[in-house]
Amino acid sequence: MGKVAIKANGLVKWFGEGDTKTTAVKSVSFEANFGELLYIVGPSGSGKTTLLSMISGVLKPNEGSVIVEGNDIWKMKSDEIADLRLNKIGFVFQDYHLFPRLTTVENVAIPLILKKMDWDESLSISLDYLEIVGLQNRAQLQPFKLSGGEQQRVAIARAIAGHPDILILDEPTASLDGDTGRKIVEFVKTKILNADRCVIIVTHDSRIYEYADSIMKMEDGKVIGFERNSVNII
Amino acid sequence: MIKQFRGILKIAFKLLVNDKSKFIALLVGITFAVFLMIMMMSMFSGMLARSAAPVFNIGAKIWVMDPAVNNATSSIPMPDYVLSNAKSINGVKYAVPIYFGNALVKLKSGAYQAVNVVGLDDATLFGRPELIAGKIEDIYAENAFFVVKDSEFRKLESPSIGAQFEINDHRGVIVGVAKVASSGLFGVPTLYTTRHRAITYIPTTRFTTSFVLIEPKRESDIPFIQKQIKKLGYQALTKAEFVEKISDFYTYQTGMGMNVLMMTAISFIVGLSISGQTFYTFILENLERFGALKAIGAKSHELISMILFQASFTALLGYGLGVGLASGLMMLARLRLPSYASQVTYTNLTFAFVMVLIIAGVSSYIGVRKVLQIQPFDIFRG
Ligand SMILES: Nc1ncnc2c1ncn2[C@@H]1O[C@H](COP(=O)(O)OP(=O)(O)OP(=O)(O)O)[C@@H](O)[C@H]1O
Ligand SMILES: [Mg+2]
Repeated sequence: MGKVAIKANGLVKWFGEGDTKTTAVKSVSFEANFGELLYIVGPSGSGKTTLLSMISGVLKPNEGSVIVEGNDIWKMKSDEIADLRLNKIGFVFQDYHLFPRLTTVENVAIPLILKKMDWDESLSISLDYLEIVGLQNRAQLQPFKLSGGEQQRVAIARAIAGHPDILILDEPTASLDGDTGRKIVEFVKTKILNADRCVIIVTHDSRIYEYADSIMKMEDGKVIGFERNSVNII
Repeated sequence: MIKQFRGILKIAFKLLVNDKSKFIALLVGITFAVFLMIMMMSMFSGMLARSAAPVFNIGAKIWVMDPAVNNATSSIPMPDYVLSNAKSINGVKYAVPIYFGNALVKLKSGAYQAVNVVGLDDATLFGRPELIAGKIEDIYAENAFFVVKDSEFRKLESPSIGAQFEINDHRGVIVGVAKVASSGLFGVPTLYTTRHRAITYIPTTRFTTSFVLIEPKRESDIPFIQKQIKKLGYQALTKAEFVEKISDFYTYQTGMGMNVLMMTAISFIVGLSISGQTFYTFILENLERFGALKAIGAKSHELISMILFQASFTALLGYGLGVGLASGLMMLARLRLPSYASQVTYTNLTFAFVMVLIIAGVSSYIGVRKVLQIQPFDIFRG
């Protein structure tokens, strides 16, 4: 087991006030390590996306702290958190959020361009990442011309192009058929994950559980089970 | 700084330009607004410049007039003592009368045509035009007139020296053709003759001095001369002051200025609403993209710079197109209508530019507010 990548301490998040107040995450603590593929699983509405947002510096918790590679992120300024997201964390959003007005390779280049890398250089690096996900021949197409699985792979290429230490994927297989979903996760496990990376996947797709190193199970905003190196906990 | 932003500005550019229909709608809105504003204002400047044409053409340094006069072509005749008093003011080099009147000319074809008649002081011919044909002394010949070769020249059937016509039942003959600095507003040709002949041929009131033109000895004498004329109950204006008075008259007292102002304001509002609205829709449609950029790690000032860039790029391009379109149309109009008055001035261009900047500013303000509000968390939740 590698060093700690993300450490969450007593995270609490609620929405609304008074009668409409719902507590989405109720005192969640856990650690995710480098070299680990961690699943966060649980039924819909159990607080997975909310938790993910808090540990990646997107949503401020009401209580608790998040330590990313030793930085207490919610004590940082918003621009510093943005820099941390840009440099250390790669995202694959649930519905990809690719830019239809840009070509596939330009989409992949976005984190590099945000890092102020030269345009041509970021495009040529992005081409390498498209090759990693097997889509170099789609580089000049607009993303909406690609199939769902291909778009997912473009989103993954974009997430890893900035060379993040931590990769976060929210429901990466939700809109894919079983076979494609498995291939994507297998690809992440074998090609993306390494000893210096931590990959967190949020899912409720039991077809892909076999690839997990650890599985954290949530229900109603709470962690109800945490298993390392197990394939058969559910 | 620029280099640092170049990449994200390029993204901003592609997001904008690759959304062709919206980009075109934005451009059309701004181009249309600029075009209308420039056209309206140019028409107005053209008219103002022309309304003061006699003042430029005569070229006197000081004009003495009845205080109620606000326009060179409709003067109020002054009694003779104004002239004699003006002559005796200290600092006056010379003072001469000039007569402006209107008459009907019957052309050789039998057609009638209204004309302006300028009667020059018989002794000095002060305010005389520059001739392109004929000799200045010929103005003293019998029934002699100069015709001005301006854009209205054709209305007198383009006469040459020797051409004859009837003016208020008197015989008239062209003895010279004059060049003109600036054409008048009312589309009426101009004839020059001596003041004496003018008031003989044209029915006049008791007084026949439309203006007294004064040449001061030194520039520094002007304020004193003005004071002395004021004591007589009349007004002495420098050339610039008179031009301004005429412009003010057309701008504020004839409804023309108000109309132009309203049209310009409407063009501005139409442009602002079309482009503001389209830009807002553009931002709304791209809100998710901005949210995704934010989630990936773009900072607020980077998103702001993207929006400012998109707004100002469209605004500047639309401005250029609008100015080009307006100037092109005016050039075309001038080819077909020699007397077409519109003129594009730097003031008009600057004004339209400021208006476009306001349009861009308002649009980006709305866009920036919207984009700063968006939470990357909403992107996460899909
Ligand atoms: N902005 C918000 N305002 C109010 N309630 C919210 C907000 N965001 C989330 N919630 C609530 O918090 C709870 C957890 O939501 P969350 O999206 O984290 O669940 P999830 O586990 O990701 O579900 P799914 O599997 O359906 O994506 C839900 O009850 C949801 O309605
Ligand atoms: Mg979710």
